[in-house]
Amino acid sequence: MIYLDNAATTRPEESVVRVMEESLRDEYGNPSSVYRAGAAARSLVDRSRDAVARLAGALSDEIYFTSGGSEADNWALTAAYEASGNPHAHIITTAIEHHAVLRTCDYLKKRGAELTILEPDSEGRISAESVERAIRPETVLISVMTANNEIGTIEPVGEIGDVARRHGILFHTDAVQAFGHIPVDVRKMNIDMMSVSAHKFGGPKGVGMLFIRRGVRIGSFIRGGAQERGRRAGTENVPGIAGFGEAAGLACSGMEKYASEEKELRDYGIGLIHSLIPDAEINGDLTERLPGNISVTIPGMDGALAVMMMDRRGIAVSSGSACSSGSTDPSHVMKAIGRSDRQALGTVRISLSHHNTREEIETAVKILADVADTLR
Amino acid sequence: MATVVVGMSGGVDSSVAAYLLKQQGYDVIGVTMQIWQNEDACSVEKKGGCCGVSAVEDARRVADVIGIPYYVMNFKKEFREKVMDYFVAEYQAGRTPNPCIACNRYVKWESLLQKSLALGADYIATGHYATVVRLPNGRFTLHTAAGDEKTSKDQTYALYNLTQDQLSHTIMPIGAYTKDRVRAIAEEAGLPVAHKPDSEEICFIPDNDYASFIEKDTGKKAEPGNFVDEEGRVLGRHRGIIRYTIGQRKHLGIALGHPVFVKEIRPDTNEVVLSENADLFSRTVTVRNLNWMAEPDLPENNRVMAKIRYNHRAASAIIEKTDADTVLCTFDEPARAAAPGQAAVFYQNGCLLGGGTIE
Repeated sequence: MIYLDNAATTRPEESVVRVMEESLRDEYGNPSSVYRAGAAARSLVDRSRDAVARLAGALSDEIYFTSGGSEADNWALTAAYEASGNPHAHIITTAIEHHAVLRTCDYLKKRGAELTILEPDSEGRISAESVERAIRPETVLISVMTANNEIGTIEPVGEIGDVARRHGILFHTDAVQAFGHIPVDVRKMNIDMMSVSAHKFGGPKGVGMLFIRRGVRIGSFIRGGAQERGRRAGTENVPGIAGFGEAAGLACSGMEKYASEEKELRDYGIGLIHSLIPDAEINGDLTERLPGNISVTIPGMDGALAVMMMDRRGIAVSSGSACSSGSTDPSHVMKAIGRSDRQALGTVRISLSHHNTREEIETAVKILADVADTLR
Repeated sequence: MATVVVGMSGGVDSSVAAYLLKQQGYDVIGVTMQIWQNEDACSVEKKGGCCGVSAVEDARRVADVIGIPYYVMNFKKEFREKVMDYFVAEYQAGRTPNPCIACNRYVKWESLLQKSLALGADYIATGHYATVVRLPNGRFTLHTAAGDEKTSKDQTYALYNLTQDQLSHTIMPIGAYTKDRVRAIAEEAGLPVAHKPDSEEICFIPDNDYASFIEKDTGKKAEPGNFVDEEGRVLGRHRGIIRYTIGQRKHLGIALGHPVFVKEIRPDTNEVVLSENADLFSRTVTVRNLNWMAEPDLPENNRVMAKIRYNHRAASAIIEKTDADTVLCTFDEPARAAAPGQAAVFYQNGCLLGGGTIE
């Protein structure tokens, strides 16, 4: 199989598997226990927290481990709304966010929150000016993703962070697709809260984190024991956290190299698509773009069927964002950047990693061109 | 060996169909057709429902046990246009639609077959109780399912509208078995759905309340009107024509001291005609929009067994053409309550000769 769906999930790095296995086998103590076995597990968690903090430009005590990106998004939005004390508090977000953000916003709206959902331009960019224009006296939170999962566009998070800081409004970013792939610095970018998931950059599934800047007062989301400094109860997912920390460490030292390799593969793939499928369109910003993302619309092709046909021939790609049932409706992101249903349904996402080779990209694009021929 | 896409609903019939094909050595691909529910609105799942998320989960588990690749395909748009919209329009016109026939013809066969062929399949297969046969005259038709009147689950009635091209790409592996035998095969094979109950309702109306569904779908309350007798005398008020079907006796909401039945529905005047049972029997039925299966057209031998409802026991009749696309079906004994919009399906020697829509 040629795996080209790294935006859905990545294959855990070898050393990640190793530290997780060691943690399961040898460091099985409960980090809250007093005896040495507990302390050993605790120090694994501590070291991981340090590694994740370093990659984010954060302090270790600003990292709160969660079950993943969706929990972090739910927590950040719900707790910021509740902390405002105003049932009609105003939240600014965008039409291209992950459903973990959008559905939480729907829920808060039912509780009385006011929402502004910003529309991106045709490349999927949200301008800092449009964010600033949407600010009201009651605005308590701005939530804009760092990079989009479907079309790969990187948002001007630093500029939006400046706007939020100037107006004294909390700024949250869903960095699930970006973290570990492009530099994200919570201090430089004036980020107050940031959601991250481990399995999108070589870590394991079921673990992630919410960065909460020191001084940001929001409540707990999961109540119970005193884990995570009393803000996120539940016995720590020690093997998951260990794997997360290992992946963060690898990204810290290797990100630049991996990103440049991925960009080269990506641009080679895009060039090949243009030459083999002349009417294909690449979605998203061509420069401000995640290094591994190729989102391509082939007019008149059934993207969902193309994915199945490619799977039959050993190529794993996706027709949009992964969905529990495996069936796809036109994507909200494609609609937001102005694509028709027909265009949205003709879209395939190829997301590569530094483990992929030129030959793999070449094979995959040739098969895609072949499939597109069959389907049109 | 040929490649077959099996339409898997998560029920026992299509699961066994997939299992049998795999045993026979086909290269089998399982596909669940997602046709109507919203992914948000599926937390309430009726037992045995055929297309909810639990259907996907059951089908995926079966595919895993059998060891075949499995996909979910989205047919919501086709289903909306070809089945749900037709269903609503027919009821509003005072007719009694059969959504399963429309779904088979336009969604299961037309759309699924098209996608399956693109995927590289040679055939599609389903868990219908019927058998595809090729006759000496070169034509494809359906033979009724195995079993006697009590044990047979024959489903050929709802499949009368398939085209020759569709049938030539179709396998129905369980037509030779009774339901009991199919459950036994599922049990022996360790399929996790061996004891799953049958679904009886129309899949997109799991609570069986057609009228409320139509009102919700159209955003319009059905207009109350008059019950009348055959002479036009007003007998009382009805709650909207979509709440009645020809032959209906229960839930009329009217007491006349003797049993009455719905004889006719008049959408133009918004009237429902009631009559006593005997008036509901008629010897002839006009049938339009014909699809011929075993023969290219009406054969010389025009004596058939005819069915005018899914549960109707086929009755002896002769059919005669009145124009190119219409036949008059004359029963030997008068038949009860032929509802406009339902299908009349004709059989000869256990094979499907053809059928059409009752006028």
